[in-house]
Amino acid sequence: MLAKRIIPCLDIKNGRTVKGINFEGLRDAGDPIELARRYSQAGADELVFLDITATHEKRQILGKLVDKIAQVLDIPFTVGGGIKSLEDVEMLLQSGADKIAINSAAIRQPKLIEDLAKQFGSQCIVLAVDAKQNEANEWKVYLSGGRVETDWYLEDWVKRGQDLGAGELLFTSMNHDGTKEGFAVEMLAKLNQQLSIPIIASGGAGKKEDFREVFQESDVSAALAASVFHYGEIPIPDLKNYLSKHQICVR
Amino acid sequence: MKIGIIQYPAGNVRSVQYALERLGAVVYLTNNKEELARMDKVIFPGVGEASTAMESLASVGLEDFIPSLTQPVLGICLGMQLMCTYSEEGETRGLNIIPVTVKKMEPTAEQLKVPHVGWNALKTTNNRIFDQIETTDPYVYYVHSYCVPVNDYTIATTQYGQLFSAAIQKDNFYATQFHPEKSGKIGQQILKNFLDL
Repeated sequence: MLAKRIIPCLDIKNGRTVKGINFEGLRDAGDPIELARRYSQAGADELVFLDITATHEKRQILGKLVDKIAQVLDIPFTVGGGIKSLEDVEMLLQSGADKIAINSAAIRQPKLIEDLAKQFGSQCIVLAVDAKQNEANEWKVYLSGGRVETDWYLEDWVKRGQDLGAGELLFTSMNHDGTKEGFAVEMLAKLNQQLSIPIIASGGAGKKEDFREVFQESDVSAALAASVFHYGEIPIPDLKNYLSKHQICVR
Repeated sequence: MKIGIIQYPAGNVRSVQYALERLGAVVYLTNNKEELARMDKVIFPGVGEASTAMESLASVGLEDFIPSLTQPVLGICLGMQLMCTYSEEGETRGLNIIPVTVKKMEPTAEQLKVPHVGWNALKTTNNRIFDQIETTDPYVYYVHSYCVPVNDYTIATTQYGQLFSAAIQKDNFYATQFHPEKSGKIGQQILKNFLDL
């Protein structure tokens, strides 16, 4: 049976991990390479690195970093943040990334998804979508890290993204992100029904029960979180034991 | 130990290279036939679309060469599919090492997602490539939309809507549908077993 995936997400700035990381005995909490290794040993199924730097010179640093991560990491990893072109993607994939995540650039220029899927295959194109539910209960898509509202309704945009060739959806609910009160289960269940591509749930993880709920109620393929893993609030082996006891298939 | 990775424009081979280097192998990325023929082992990787990849192989003159290799060869993912006679993906002929047709995965009955992405359990047979894998359900990492049906050369299977070939072997040709280089410790052991053949 296909296992549900647990995915820690690491924010990278100038080649270093940002946000506090609380791993016992970690020499350098800002070193993405050491963190990647630790997460792999802890049983993470995949890692996502989000680069929040984005200037051109810094992108070269990112390429080198991706290469170093690929040298030590024996599980798949996705790189996202500021990816705008085929050249960006080619550089990251050649450096050893398994998948890339595109967000704002895909909204500004949807054909990019199609071009990327054609050139590199859908399997390595993750469509990352940030969306917020407004007072009228409409889910609208945002870009630029959630700063700019677009005209897209969530369900329309993700369907379009899938049709253009995205191989996976990473959906972050801005209403839930940072609350630690659970994932946007209802919307995730709906999207999971509507789409044929796998969905990674993001935003809202606070306790083990939240992961159980999102897998049981929405049946998404994977759940992503940052702080609960980085601060050691939920050790990954404990989480997997817990999910396994609740009949959720994990590795 | 000298390991050749067949170089042709079909995806990212960096991870395979690094995984082998972590095991202490000296890795050469090449499409030069003389060089490949001298290697102790050869890896035939592949990510992408089958008919395009076959065209790439033909354009560098490797289509007839790969089946003639006599040392252990390991096909990975699309590499495994291209070892077969024919693929439904792009309706292309393959290298005809394993006499079977690669099929599109259609797990619609169970509403499963395609591509098949993620960690799935392996049922292995008694083959040297699976030595020292003692976990009852070893999990390995998959990313694919087409698969090799179970056939006479199947040495491991995985269930996803249907039972398919997770690994095959015929003579010196081994292949895995999953990515051993991305499959943690289990994958590393399988690669090590291949190097130890």
